[in-house]
Amino acid sequence: MEKLKIQIGNLEFQNPVMTASGTFGFGLEYEDFFDVQKLGAIIVKGTTGEKREGNPAPRMCETPMGMINAVGLQNKGVDYFCENTYHQIKHYKTNVIVNVSGSSIEEYVKVAEKINELEHIPAIELNISCPNVKKGGMGFGTDTKMAFEVVDSVRKIYKKHLIVKLSPNVTSIAEIAKAVESAGADSVSMINTVLGMAIDAEKRKPLLSTITAGLSGPAIKPIGLRCVYQTSKAIKIPIIGLGGITNATDAIEYILAGASAIQIGTQNFVNPSVGLEVIEGMKEYLDRHNISHIWDIRGII
Amino acid sequence: MKHCDNFVVSEKKFLNSTFFKLKLKAKENLPLIKAGQFVEVQVNSDSKVLLRRPISINDVDSQTNEISLIIQTVGQGTKELAKINEGEEINLVYPLGNGFNIEGENPLLVGGGVGIAPLLYLAKNFHAKGIKPKVLLGFRSQEQMIDLKEYEKYADVYISTQDGSVGSKGLVTENEIFTQSYDTIYTCGPTPMMRAISDYSLKNNIKCYASLENKMACGIGACLCCVQNTTEGHKCTCTEGPVFNVKDIIW
Ligand SMILES: Cc1cc2nc3c(=O)[nH]c(=O)nc-3n(C[C@H](O)[C@H](O)[C@H](O)COP(=O)(O)OP(=O)(O)OC[C@H]3O[C@@H](n4cnc5c(N)ncnc54)[C@H](O)[C@@H]3O)c2cc1C
Ligand SMILES: Cc1cc2nc3c(=O)[nH]c(=O)nc-3n(C[C@H](O)[C@H](O)[C@H](O)COP(=O)(O)O)c2cc1C
Ligand code: FES
Repeated sequence: MEKLKIQIGNLEFQNPVMTASGTFGFGLEYEDFFDVQKLGAIIVKGTTGEKREGNPAPRMCETPMGMINAVGLQNKGVDYFCENTYHQIKHYKTNVIVNVSGSSIEEYVKVAEKINELEHIPAIELNISCPNVKKGGMGFGTDTKMAFEVVDSVRKIYKKHLIVKLSPNVTSIAEIAKAVESAGADSVSMINTVLGMAIDAEKRKPLLSTITAGLSGPAIKPIGLRCVYQTSKAIKIPIIGLGGITNATDAIEYILAGASAIQIGTQNFVNPSVGLEVIEGMKEYLDRHNISHIWDIRGII
Repeated sequence: MKHCDNFVVSEKKFLNSTFFKLKLKAKENLPLIKAGQFVEVQVNSDSKVLLRRPISINDVDSQTNEISLIIQTVGQGTKELAKINEGEEINLVYPLGNGFNIEGENPLLVGGGVGIAPLLYLAKNFHAKGIKPKVLLGFRSQEQMIDLKEYEKYADVYISTQDGSVGSKGLVTENEIFTQSYDTIYTCGPTPMMRAISDYSLKNNIKCYASLENKMACGIGACLCCVQNTTEGHKCTCTEGPVFNVKDIIW
C-alpha cells in the first residue's frame, strides 16, 4: 500500500494509523482480534520511573458520545517494562512506541534514558499532557517554559525519534507546540484528553474519584481537529492527530486539517479491530478520489 | 481466545417488568465458556450509547450454539437493548473474565437481583459433576422475581425477599439456609449483599468467591478503568476477575 506509506522524521510507517496510549494496552490484548502488526505503530501504555497504582475507583464514566477516565498512569514502572513486557512485544514487525510520563524532569529523563537502550523501540511519545496525575503530567504541557525545559532535557539524552504529546487544556496549543519544536522535538501528537467532570445528581456526588478527569471519544473530535488545524499553521515538524476518531472518514478529516498521521483511542474499546478498518477505509477513500498519496491532501484546508 | 462476532437474537422474553432474557445464536461453534464469564454487548451502532455493556453469561447451550443473557434495564444502554427484536443481530466480544472454578463438594450459591444470572450456568456445571448445589436467590419483592424453573432443574432453590412477599423475609444472610454448613460459597449481586456474604464466610472460615460488577470500558484488560482494590494492589476486574476470592478483596 504505497499510497499510505509515510515517513516522519527518520521513522518509516507502513501506514499513518496508530493506536493511542492507554487504549490499546501493549498490543497483546488485541492479538485475538486482528494482526496488530498491520498498524503503522502501536503506542503502549504510559510508563513512569517507578510502579504506580493509579487513582482509586471509580475511574470511568460514560458521557454523551464520550467517556471520562481517571486511570492516572497506573503502570508497573520502566524497569518492569524493560525486563518483561518489552520481550513480549519486541518481535512486532511495526513501530512500537513507548509513552513516557513523569512527575519531574528527572523522572522523564530517567525513563527516556532507559527506553533509549531498547533496540526495538524506535521512538518515544513524551506525555506532558496527562490530566490525571496530581504532580507534573499536564503541568508540563500547559506552560511554554516548562514544556521547553522538559523536552530540552529529554532531547539531550534521547537519541531516537521524539514525539511530544500535547494537551488541549491550554489557551494556545500552537504556542506550546512552538516551544516544543524549538526544544528539539521531532514531531508532536495531539490531543490528549480534555479536562472534564461528571456528577450524579440523585446521589449529589461526583462520578469519578478524582472529581475532574479526562474526556475522550467522539465528543472531542471537533476540539482535536481545531488544535491540529491551528498548530499546523504554526510549526514545521509533523503532527500526529487524534481525538474521537472512530472510522476512516474521521481520520481523513484530521489529515485534511494538517495531520501527517493519526491515532485511534477510545474507539478501540467499542470496536477492537477499528485500526484495521481505518487502514482499509483510508485506502478505499484514496482510490475512490484518485489520490496517489495520503499526503497529497494533508493540510489542504 | 477472545472473539468479536455477530449473534442472532433467537429468543427474547421479558421475565418481569425490568428483567429480560436474550437467547443469542452464534454463527459458528461456540468456544469453551466457563461459568462466571461475561460478554461485552454492543448496544447498537447508531445508538446514543458509546461503550459496550458488560453482561454475565447466564447459560450456554453448546448443542444449539446459543448463549443466554438476563439483563435488567437500568439506564440508556440497557433500555435500548430491551428494544431489540428476535431475528436481529447483536455484536459481542466474548468470552471475557476468569469465571468461576468448580470447587467443593457442598457448595452454596447466593445471588441477588440480576446477580442471579451467572449462577444458573454455575449450578448446571456442578450438576454435571453429580453435585446438586443449594442456590439462594434474593429479590427486593415478588415483583422483581422471575420464573426459577430453570434453576430448579439443577439446584435446590431457596428464596429471600426483603418484604417477605415470597420465601423468607429479610436479607439473604438471614435465610435459614445459613444454619447448614458448606465448603464453598459463590456470590454475585449488589455490593452490600456480597460484603455480608464475604463477612459470613471469613468468620466461618469457608472458601468464598464473589463476582464483581465494576464499571468497565474495554473488558479486555487494555484501559485499566475497572480496577478493584485488593490485598495485592489494583487488579483488573475484567481480566483478573470478575470472580475474586473474597479474602483478597478490599471493599
Ligand atoms: C462483569 C459484569 C457482569 C454484569 N452482568 C450483568 C448481567 O448479567 N445483567 C445485567 O443486567 N447487568 C449486568 N451487569 C451490569 C451492567 O453492565 C450495567 O447495568 C449496565 O452497563 C448499565 O448500562 P446502562 O447504559 O443501562 O446504564 P448507565 O446509564 O450506564 O447507568 C445507569 C445506572 O446503572 C448503574 N450502573 C452502570 N453500570 C453499572 C455496573 N457495571 N454495575 C452496577 N451498576 C451499574 C449506574 O451507576 C447508573 O446508576 C454486569 C456488569 C459487569 C461488570
Ligand atoms: C482509559 C484511557 C487511558 C489513557 N492513558 C493514556 C496514557 O497513559 N498516556 C497518554 O499519553 N494518553 C492516555 N490516554 C489518552 C489517549 O491516548 C488519547 O489521547 C485520548 O483518549 C483522545 O483520543 P480518543 O478520543 O481517540 O480516545 C488515555 C485515554 C483513555 C481513554
Ligand atoms: S475494562 Fe478495560 S481494563 Fe478492565
